[in-house]
Amino acid sequence: MTVRKNQAALTPEEKRAFTNALLELKRTGRYDRFVTTHNGFIMSDTDSGDRVGHRSPSFLPWHRRFLLEFEAALQAVDASVSIPYWDWTADRTTRSSLWAADFLGGTGRARDGQVMDGPFAYATGKWEVAVRVDGRNYLRRALGEGVAQLPTKAEVDAVLAMPVYDMAPWNSSSNGFRNNLEGWRGANLHNRVHVWVGGQMATGVSPNDPVFWMHHAFIDKLWADWQAKHPTSTYLPAAGTANVVDLRDTMRPWNDVTPADMLDHRKFYTFDTEPAAAASQR
Amino acid sequence: MNKITRRQALGTTAGALTVLGIAGATAHAAATDSRAATTPAGTVDEVYQGRRIQIAPGTGGGHHGGHHSPGLPTVKIDGRELHVMQNADGTWISVVNHYETFADPTSLARAAVRELQGSQLAPMQMGGMA
Ligand SMILES: [Cu+2]
Ligand SMILES: [Cu+2]
Repeated sequence: MTVRKNQAALTPEEKRAFTNALLELKRTGRYDRFVTTHNGFIMSDTDSGDRVGHRSPSFLPWHRRFLLEFEAALQAVDASVSIPYWDWTADRTTRSSLWAADFLGGTGRARDGQVMDGPFAYATGKWEVAVRVDGRNYLRRALGEGVAQLPTKAEVDAVLAMPVYDMAPWNSSSNGFRNNLEGWRGANLHNRVHVWVGGQMATGVSPNDPVFWMHHAFIDKLWADWQAKHPTSTYLPAAGTANVVDLRDTMRPWNDVTPADMLDHRKFYTFDTEPAAAASQR
Repeated sequence: MNKITRRQALGTTAGALTVLGIAGATAHAAATDSRAATTPAGTVDEVYQGRRIQIAPGTGGGHHGGHHSPGLPTVKIDGRELHVMQNADGTWISVVNHYETFADPTSLARAAVRELQGSQLAPMQMGGMA
């Protein structure tokens, strides 16, 4: 059973295994297909039309399924790897070990935003940005420039305290836990982190930056934390809602998986913060 | 981020950029003033940081969302279309600034110009449903 760990606790060997698996998916072209899929949903998910991946109740189960598929691809390269999560309430500066040269590399240089160190720097020849919204084919970041501060623990706790999963009109103007976590309303959690990292992370092709997966693994963990805090709260809407994915509707692009199938992450993995009942089968 | 890139500076003198910028801004102000009642996203043709921004208001009925849908303006930077979307609260996002909202298409397009740092937009495409 997969255990997802806090990135700050990874050993040097675990960091290397993770980045090597990323590079291998990139080399085979598998990685870029995930970027393309994500951008397709980013562009087609709208507040007044069909919406699956973003700005809608299925934001959380859609990304859980998307990460599961990506994690399976990583594990096909190296069975020991899982997606680490980045707790940006704790590791919140550009000096975090996350951004060191032995892990993701740091912020981009002033002139053009290009990341110059670490395994994903353009000069390594192993990380060309192929699925893009403009002509630049190198990984870019501008840590802390688009917005100065990452969300705080207090801001996260306030969102986790919200008892209702989601509300009509089930889009970027909704109140409730999902939209406050996604960030179109309230303190702005998920969206703000994309902007804080900057570069490709601020665009529709955000998965070009490997930190995408670690950010979303933490968003996914916050969903699980919220479920543990509110055992009687459920995914909404239940049924019969236009343009959005109800509890037992299937989600594109897979068409064989529903939010209900995604509610219990422990069917697939546990977090290093949880009692690992299922993980003891390892 | 707000600096004119070397490539742009080579193509146009700084003086010309300033003049075009002011003319564009004035034209935009006039356009929005006269159209505000019916088309909040008025026609814009301005040069901003050396890049040409063109905005044509959407045609047809109200906002229906989606790709190339009626009601959405067409936003171009140096002739290349920028994918834009309007949020339910009336704010705007683009594929370049996807996780941050802007008050109107003009400030959205200018933010894209700053982010592009002289790069051209890639041809617009719907992603595959891999
Ligand atoms: Cu996404
Ligand atoms: Cu995201």
